[in-house]
Amino acid sequence: MTDASRPETSPRLAVIGAGPAGLAATLAAARHGLRVTLVDAAPEAGGQFYRQPAAGLGARRPQALHHRWRDWERLRDGLDRHITAGLVVHLRDHHVWCVTRRRSGFTVHALLGPEQERPAEVRADAVLLATGGYEKVLPFPGWTLPGVVTAGGAQAMLKGGLVLPGRTAVVAGTGPLLLPVATGLAAAGAQVAALVDSADPRAFVRRSPALAAQPAKLAEGARHAARLLRHGVPTLVHHTVVEAHGDQRLEAATVAALDTAGRVRPDTRRRIGCDTLAVGHGMLPHTDLAEGLGCRIDGVAVHVDDEQRTDVPGVWAAGEATGVGGAVLALAEGHIAGRSAAARLSGREPDPRGWAGADRARAGLRRFAAAMDDAYAPPAHWAEQVTDDTVVCRCEEVTGGAVRRAVTELGAGDVRTVKLLTRAGMGWCQGRMCGTAVAGLAGCPETAARRPFARPVPLGVLARAGSADDEQ
Amino acid sequence: MNPLKLAQARPGPAFTVTFDGRELVALPGRTVAATLWASGVTSWRTTRGEGRPRGVFCGIGVCYDCLVTVNGRPNQRACVVPVHPGDAIRTQQGTGHDD
Repeated sequence: MTDASRPETSPRLAVIGAGPAGLAATLAAARHGLRVTLVDAAPEAGGQFYRQPAAGLGARRPQALHHRWRDWERLRDGLDRHITAGLVVHLRDHHVWCVTRRRSGFTVHALLGPEQERPAEVRADAVLLATGGYEKVLPFPGWTLPGVVTAGGAQAMLKGGLVLPGRTAVVAGTGPLLLPVATGLAAAGAQVAALVDSADPRAFVRRSPALAAQPAKLAEGARHAARLLRHGVPTLVHHTVVEAHGDQRLEAATVAALDTAGRVRPDTRRRIGCDTLAVGHGMLPHTDLAEGLGCRIDGVAVHVDDEQRTDVPGVWAAGEATGVGGAVLALAEGHIAGRSAAARLSGREPDPRGWAGADRARAGLRRFAAAMDDAYAPPAHWAEQVTDDTVVCRCEEVTGGAVRRAVTELGAGDVRTVKLLTRAGMGWCQGRMCGTAVAGLAGCPETAARRPFARPVPLGVLARAGSADDEQ
Repeated sequence: MNPLKLAQARPGPAFTVTFDGRELVALPGRTVAATLWASGVTSWRTTRGEGRPRGVFCGIGVCYDCLVTVNGRPNQRACVVPVHPGDAIRTQQGTGHDD
């Protein structure tokens, strides 16, 4: 804490992302002696979980759309206090596209939003990546129709814009996000015609010890379930969406039950009229900035040690980027990362006993997340529903048939070769939307994508970046 | 119930924008996508290859499906870009550079 009284000389940490992990890290680091630059793409702090209604909408009761509001108030008030005290600088509308190492420290390269044409650079002694995640959606016929949105997208538009995509919604896929999305849409006035989850209820029973160890999380789930009942939302478990129907926009969805092997039972197909299909199959970590820095990636998540350090000196990571586990886990990880960074940048060996509570929470919540991840599984044979003319890569309009031909006729044995042969993953989103599906259809393991930049960058900005100093 | 009522919103003064020449009412702070959704519009782009309609998909700026032309500038993410009084929003055809 000694450095707080002379912040101009204390080390500077750049925290990237102002969601739960980034905010918890910022607060911990600032309280323990660092100056923090919090860099975030949004106009307001909060990330996706605590996405706030636009200020111009004058919401007097934003908590009606949120969970764990008291945590948010604590984070928001803490951030405000540290900003006032001069310990934290909050850079809004900064879309980070790359972080580079200098001989001593790092440069964070951002584009100023929302236009994202003008560059901005932030220097820091160390960086903490709290870049969050995005939703995974597996394709099915009709999933590109307007009216089909990600479950998280429907929620983000509701929280931020106070708006609904339509009047009658089906919420489908799998994962713990579907429940709050369904209850949120229903509370905001949408008729939720069905909540469709492919998870088999027996899977939860099999994992009950890990789940029962987190009574607060179970109670949260029970509250959502009670709200579903209150809004009269029918729930179809061990069901999946087979097809979305419509010409210029969504008009209906066909759902069906799954058999014990995870295959669609054709005799159970039924059509539900809807103008909105909010769909999601779990979350994926944003790892681009970590990859660019050369951090080790395990599977699809950034590898960290007990202190939330990546294997690149001076780079910490926390929250969904290090493995998807929800906002409460992100808070614990962010806190530990911030404490570790504060100690190490001040030349001290950190004492983990100082964050023993966060450490216990992290361990339990990671076990809970692993059990949930097992139980909430997409249908084992989802790829059978992807017909040859179903678009898989939304950007480049590459079909399931083209991906299959790349494998069976052209001999592609990995996702990269499929991409080179078909253009799947080469478009605007750089494979973020289709990566899981292409890997599944091609029969390859899903790996992190190795994108040199985290977002599109104007050539002029790219040409000038780093030319003025000692980039390595 | 509607979302504005649920959050007890008291928006600033509404203003008008146009979508393909048609006047729409917009609320301050909303993105282009939220403005279009609030007017019942769900698609504002046609794809380069098949000319298929698209609108919001991910809603958080990752998927680039909601690209739209605003004030003559194509390839704006409707779910990220805030709406301003008098904005001329147009359906983007393909790359948006042939208009």
